[in-house]
Amino acid sequence: MKASGFAKWMGRNTVATPPDIESAALRSDRFRLERENDWIRLEAILRRMERGRVRGLSDDDLLALPTLYRTAASSLSVARETSLDAATLKYLESLVQRAWFQVYGPRQGLFSWLRGFLMGGWSRAVREIWLDICIAFAVMVAGSIVGWILVERDREWYYALVPAQFTDSRVPGATREQLLESLATTEDAGGLSVFAASLFSNNAGVAILAFALGFAFGIPSLLLLVHNMAVLGAMIWLFAGQGLGLEFAAWLSVHGTTELFAILLAGAAGMHIGRSMAFPGDRSILAAAAESGRRGALVMTGVVLMMVVAAILEAFPRQLVGGTFDRLLIGGTFLLAWITYFFIYRPTNPEADQ
Amino acid sequence: MNAAVSSLDARRREIVTPEGITLPVRVGARMSRVGALLLDFTFLYVGLLIVFFILALTLGSLFAAMIDGLDSEIGGLGELIVVIIILFLFIARYGYFLSMELGPRGATWGKRIVGLRVAARDGGRLTADAVIARNLLRDIELFLPLAFISAAGEGQMGNAGLAGAVWFAIFMAFPFFNKDALRAGDLIAGTWVVEAPRTKLADTLSTQGAASGTSAVTGTRYEFSDEELSIYGEHELQTLEQLLRHAKEDALPDVHAAICRKIGWAPGAGDERAFLEAFYAQLRAKLEGDMRFGKRKKDKFS
Repeated sequence: MKASGFAKWMGRNTVATPPDIESAALRSDRFRLERENDWIRLEAILRRMERGRVRGLSDDDLLALPTLYRTAASSLSVARETSLDAATLKYLESLVQRAWFQVYGPRQGLFSWLRGFLMGGWSRAVREIWLDICIAFAVMVAGSIVGWILVERDREWYYALVPAQFTDSRVPGATREQLLESLATTEDAGGLSVFAASLFSNNAGVAILAFALGFAFGIPSLLLLVHNMAVLGAMIWLFAGQGLGLEFAAWLSVHGTTELFAILLAGAAGMHIGRSMAFPGDRSILAAAAESGRRGALVMTGVVLMMVVAAILEAFPRQLVGGTFDRLLIGGTFLLAWITYFFIYRPTNPEADQ
Repeated sequence: MNAAVSSLDARRREIVTPEGITLPVRVGARMSRVGALLLDFTFLYVGLLIVFFILALTLGSLFAAMIDGLDSEIGGLGELIVVIIILFLFIARYGYFLSMELGPRGATWGKRIVGLRVAARDGGRLTADAVIARNLLRDIELFLPLAFISAAGEGQMGNAGLAGAVWFAIFMAFPFFNKDALRAGDLIAGTWVVEAPRTKLADTLSTQGAASGTSAVTGTRYEFSDEELSIYGEHELQTLEQLLRHAKEDALPDVHAAICRKIGWAPGAGDERAFLEAFYAQLRAKLEGDMRFGKRKKDKFS
């Protein structure tokens, strides 16, 4: 006790000399004193690594880490069988745990992960959920057809489906001119960038919701897709009724090809989780959920990026570019670019070699 | 005491490392996780406030121009700033959690303070995908339920709002209905939150004081017979270790007297620490000796 008091005065960086091994009355304490220096060295290395200063470590230390970790781990299993010193056991347990977290810890930082993600990780994840994408696509098509049919049968459905923010002039009974007006460009770009940024927050929120709801066996994700697409179907009906179908499609396609693609992917990712939880195969439900959840998270990070692109497109080119053909050209180009990126661009997987 | 011990054990799990070592981990307590979350959001908002404060100080005139710009139409630069701020808020919220949990400590500042970290449930490597997955679900688990519950409380959305509130409350309460305290994000990502203890190496007890049996104060030599030592087991030994390491001096006489009464010695006074150190060392030597032959004595009753 006196020795530890003294050591405290010396400050925590000075390592107190361990007592002479021969002075220990107990065999288990001798065992500990013989290995103590290794443990203390391991702890010093770990402390630096935990502070994120891996570069400050010498090559010797870095090379010694796996060996020291195994030494400490075997010390722990020996000590469990031979020592009743609770404090030492507790120390060893926490030391081995910390070393284990460093040796088997996350290997990538955020940025190196991001690089791997853009250079193939994202498109690979998208290809892996192709079946869910097909299902989600079918559901979206069905949703818009349902929206169309509902509104055609009974106009009151239009007000039930379409949110109030869109029902300014775009209501059943509006004239062709009014509708054409709503598709026109705005005069200047003032305020549009703020509009884009808030659109992004909003749309990314919807996409994350579609993904997160997949957790409940995917059904809420599907409902969300059906609802959103029914709105679209209702609006297509409105514009097509006045012979403006192509103009509306062009107006929508500028950002819509990107945004609808992103919503498609989000819904598919959510459903992927729900589907693997409902039909886990020979894995446990938790393992299945974890595996599909990680894949879904990759897709979703990409969806958020797509939402940024969509919001920028929605605010600037759509409001500034007026021609039907130009609009279709922009939308089509983006659609083609996404499909190329996801399904044709296939770099080799660096992890597959390991 | 018993209740405390059993509640400790209820959170104890074992993971097997690739070397075949079973490592005990303890699942983080739910209340400390709530505390960590509150701390994290406090840090985040305080940090954002400071950033905006600095921005307002340095770019104050620009902000004034921007507010003018809303009326007239010269606010191009100011508008850019608003865009940057909206994106910055989004990045700050996700970036804080992602970059911290992907760091070497595997924990945000809040979790570090309460002594927790994120780990992969299967004992493998914690991957970036897993960290992202568990953080993406935070919105639906926390903010959406809160929004729905407050809306339902005000009765804005009628029965649908009420149903929504109940539905999302299930997500919010998720960690309270499974034994590993997993939230929905943990379930999806295959992670859990465990305690990350950082203990210092304590002194060896058998190299100091009267461990060899001889008191430095009085020069008395304490020797206990096998019979006297066999009344106690491992539990008592470790209680005594705790006492020798951490207790104040005035707690020692009671324990000293209790042990003396038990083994039939007449308790003296003034040399309690030496007595207890000698007793500890000899009891441990005996129990560890038995241990090597495969005999373990859990406590005094066994």
